[in-house]
Amino acid sequence: MSDLSDLYQEILLEHNNKPRNFRKLDDATVYCEGYNPLCGDRYTLYLKLDEGVISDTGFQGAGCAISKASASMLTQRVKGMSVAEAEVLFDHFHRMLTQPGAPIDADFLDDLETLSGVADYPTRIKCAILIWHALHSALTGSDDAVTTE
Amino acid sequence: MTNPSFDVNKIRKDFPVLHQEINGRPLVYLDNAATSQKPQCVIDALVGYYTTENANVHRGVHTLSQRATDDYEAARSKVRRFINAAHDHELIYVRGATEGINLVAQTFGRANVGPGDEVIISAMEHHSNIVPWQVLCQEKGAHLRVIPINDAGELLLDQYEQLLSPRTKLVSIVHQSNALGTINPMTAIIELAHSKGVPVLVDGAQSVPHMTIDVQKMGCDFFVFSGHKLFGPTGIGVVYGRAELLEAMPPYQTGGEMIRSVTFEETLYNVLPHKFEAGTPNIAGSIGLGAAIDYIDALGMDRINAYEKELLDYGSDALSRIEGLKIIGTAKEKAGILSFILGDVHPHDIGTILDSQGIAIRTGHHCAQPVMDRFGIPATARASLAFYNTKAEIDTLVEGIDQVLEVFS
Repeated sequence: MSDLSDLYQEILLEHNNKPRNFRKLDDATVYCEGYNPLCGDRYTLYLKLDEGVISDTGFQGAGCAISKASASMLTQRVKGMSVAEAEVLFDHFHRMLTQPGAPIDADFLDDLETLSGVADYPTRIKCAILIWHALHSALTGSDDAVTTE
Repeated sequence: MTNPSFDVNKIRKDFPVLHQEINGRPLVYLDNAATSQKPQCVIDALVGYYTTENANVHRGVHTLSQRATDDYEAARSKVRRFINAAHDHELIYVRGATEGINLVAQTFGRANVGPGDEVIISAMEHHSNIVPWQVLCQEKGAHLRVIPINDAGELLLDQYEQLLSPRTKLVSIVHQSNALGTINPMTAIIELAHSKGVPVLVDGAQSVPHMTIDVQKMGCDFFVFSGHKLFGPTGIGVVYGRAELLEAMPPYQTGGEMIRSVTFEETLYNVLPHKFEAGTPNIAGSIGLGAAIDYIDALGMDRINAYEKELLDYGSDALSRIEGLKIIGTAKEKAGILSFILGDVHPHDIGTILDSQGIAIRTGHHCAQPVMDRFGIPATARASLAFYNTKAEIDTLVEGIDQVLEVFS
């Protein structure tokens, strides 16, 4: 196991304390719920899509620091992206956590690379990735809530 | 230690798994309510059975089969003595408490619960004592009634009394809550139910490792528990049922062993307890459970109980002094469980940080989501004790929680 400080980095704790876009988006065009039955993490991700571009984001819910920080960073990062770009970002993020050692585009991931330490904690990968599955589901038009199980 | 007759350091030597490092620190195992560790004698019993005795039971005329049968049945007698049942044939081997409750729901429940009838459970049940009854009630058009609890996590007995009605067919209550530690007043609960002619099932999964069980004195009609929480192997558990109820119940699963004779026209069922034990059972598991009971008997449940009470008091006191920490479950009568929340820090984060220091606790809803809803929280962190835990380990837990607070400061 790597050092704890690799997992609970300053930036992660800061997002946990002050989550960005932590609100219901009343004019959201798509939303998706993500639920981790193992630990009870539960979030709803709201996206406003304008002609294939994510023009606004929001999320609500409760969960651990890792899931909340991941959600906060996601909402910040995908705002302004096209749907296609956001899907590529999902792929990169997913690969970073589930395929340790696979080449990742650090520039593209930017702040999200902070969460790479989670890959060393197999029981916590689901926490970090939960909201990303909700994003993927919202963007691909699936109506189903996503769960990590 | 104020209990000099209980030499915990000597006892710890009996549990090989405790003597290892996890993440570079000595293991502090505080997840005993999930499953307990096994003493060497239980491990030896399993190895011994497979090494020298393995054969099917109640089948062969050959010597090995007879030995396996003798040991399988001897373990049943040990269970009978351990919970003071009247007869060996009132004890049915199952996989664990969950299967035990399902057995009663699928047999007694399906035969006795009809449309408009009611089954009473409590607000502090494990999912395993909720869902089997929910499914049964849905199937039969019956209703599930729930005894509420107070803020300390104690049953509201006056409300229970009001819930008992002529439509009540069964009361199924946990003896000790896995999420809160509350020990319920089973004698009072059973007396009230019996005064209305209603039988009672007691879920003893959590209580059995911590206190003396006397099913006759308690007066319950069914009592279920799991071997693995009692320092025995996984995959073995027991249903105790009063013989007259078991006799009247239809079988649970069908197949070999549970029959007396089979033709294509008709099957006659075997006598108790075999009527409820279809197929080749968990022979090794039962023998391991017997070894665990021998081990506990040698230690003495009264001494275990006294030592654990001291440990729980010490732990409750130590945790209460941590700023921002709130213990969930403060019943006057409780055992073994320290469930808590820590300010805004999510229990999952607490669990990971403690694990990095070798401390194993459970975090989450503990398969008791209605309990979490009752307290308005998504989850708790839960340290659960066994007699091999020490005050020094509680101190390590407290230091670990300090570390959690430091990370989140």
